[in-house]
Amino acid sequence: MANYLPEGLPSPAPMNDNLDVPYWEGTLAHKLVIQKCSNCNKHQWGPEWICNHCNSFDLSWTEVAQKGRIYSYERVWHPVHPALKDQGAYVVVLVELPDADNVRMVGNLLADPEADVPIGAEVEAVFEDHPGGDMPYTLVQWKLV
Amino acid sequence: MSDRSIRGKVAVAGVGETTYYKRGQSPDAEFLLGLKAIVAACDDAGISPKEIDGFCSFADDRNDPSRLSAALGVKEMNLSNMQWGGGGGGAAGVLQNGAAAIAAGYADVVVCYRALAQGQFGRYGQGPQVPYIQGERAFTSPYGLMSPAQMFAMKVVRFMHEHGIKQEALRALSMASYHHAQNNPRAVMNGKPLTEEKYDNSRWIVEPFHLFDCCMENDGAAAILLVSAERAKDLKQKPAYILGAAHGSGYRAAAPVHNSGDYPSSNFSTVAPHLYRQAEITPEDIDVAQIYENFTGGVLMTMIEHGLCKPEEANDFFQLDNLIAQGGKLPLNTSGGNLAECYMHGLGLQIEAIRQLRGQSTNQVKDAKIALAAAGPMVSPVSTIIYGTEDTL
Repeated sequence: MANYLPEGLPSPAPMNDNLDVPYWEGTLAHKLVIQKCSNCNKHQWGPEWICNHCNSFDLSWTEVAQKGRIYSYERVWHPVHPALKDQGAYVVVLVELPDADNVRMVGNLLADPEADVPIGAEVEAVFEDHPGGDMPYTLVQWKLV
Repeated sequence: MSDRSIRGKVAVAGVGETTYYKRGQSPDAEFLLGLKAIVAACDDAGISPKEIDGFCSFADDRNDPSRLSAALGVKEMNLSNMQWGGGGGGAAGVLQNGAAAIAAGYADVVVCYRALAQGQFGRYGQGPQVPYIQGERAFTSPYGLMSPAQMFAMKVVRFMHEHGIKQEALRALSMASYHHAQNNPRAVMNGKPLTEEKYDNSRWIVEPFHLFDCCMENDGAAAILLVSAERAKDLKQKPAYILGAAHGSGYRAAAPVHNSGDYPSSNFSTVAPHLYRQAEITPEDIDVAQIYENFTGGVLMTMIEHGLCKPEEANDFFQLDNLIAQGGKLPLNTSGGNLAECYMHGLGLQIEAIRQLRGQSTNQVKDAKIALAAAGPMVSPVSTIIYGTEDTL
């Protein structure tokens, strides 16, 4: 599968404090791994050092279902990075995960970028590998079910 | 009313602006722009710059109060204050901080300022051109979500989806700013009117924002001088009093990766009630509004969250005729605002609110007594001030 966007955009790297390492290790294995509080069992995303619900520091990482629902989206036309100069339109979606307390994730919608984007539609994760470079990584994209 | 309200205790003594330039085109260094605006505000007030004893800024302004004090020969500096938050969310909060310091007796003459020279320091509106990216942006930038317009568009899409608001509402907001800029010789877009056709045919930046829904990027500087209400009575200008001031944001507004509690929001829904409580007015009392346009969709949500329009009435309310100084129901952005006057991170909008109460606007609203000026929708923190004439005290 070709990548959704061209090469040359900034590559994600784990934080210096290692807070988000389990997420990036999960995506490399094609798993969706996010934070879950061991005290109140609520999920949270993005990662933080404390649970925003119960303020416990006892957070764990857990694999969640690779399915979601489109909460919002945007169709981008103007390139703000040289790598996107010849890209044309592309769609960014904000996906909520009903099986993980409706936390939201940002990704691209793998579809005709000029087609209507149905808010509320069910989507499933697609793992986009970027094996080149000195720090391989995998992005989580979404396609309509 | 509790003595802990700012209402009527502090007034604007002077305002100052440099020439406003397109980004990168200022012939002056950024620090010089800042000095010129501060000196202009002092001239406007009839107060010597050496009398300034407090400095407040926002948006990570680079022009340090200690250097300004030394350059101006300030006799003593009693306040140096920075409002947290990038972007223009602090354009009213900076005045709130200055006013609080005056009310508390920390300082007597406080200047609130912002200077920007993008040619000297680089510009906004671009994605980061680095090989690796960490932190929250690692979860967004690789998907092509990098610029301010892209960070906010999904909030507006969701808001418009929930309330059935049409693109024409955004167009009316853009046209109101351009309409007013045509009467304002300071405005960078003076002489460049906008029509419905021109808007509709303009390129998309990111849906739902056309080119004309996005603020400019500019060079220049602006400054506002605050003093106590007592002191303001004897100065050159008709005072504009601060009736209410508030900044902040709601539940987890800055939660990472677009996980804020109230996502489709300008972040004013918790801030506005504090403002009206202090000012002892209701939204119906506002004569003229200056609402920070980073993007028109933010103006729409800001006005709704300040109670100036109900969401179900938005398509009827957001029409050009309702928003212009010449007989509109609620004149909006009467200088041309960030879209068409200058993007001085919103400080120009505060100055325009003050001008309206002095009777000095180039799009004067007849008998304007109460003006609202809001800053920085969709960022955290956001801020708003309500100003009133002496009649409103």
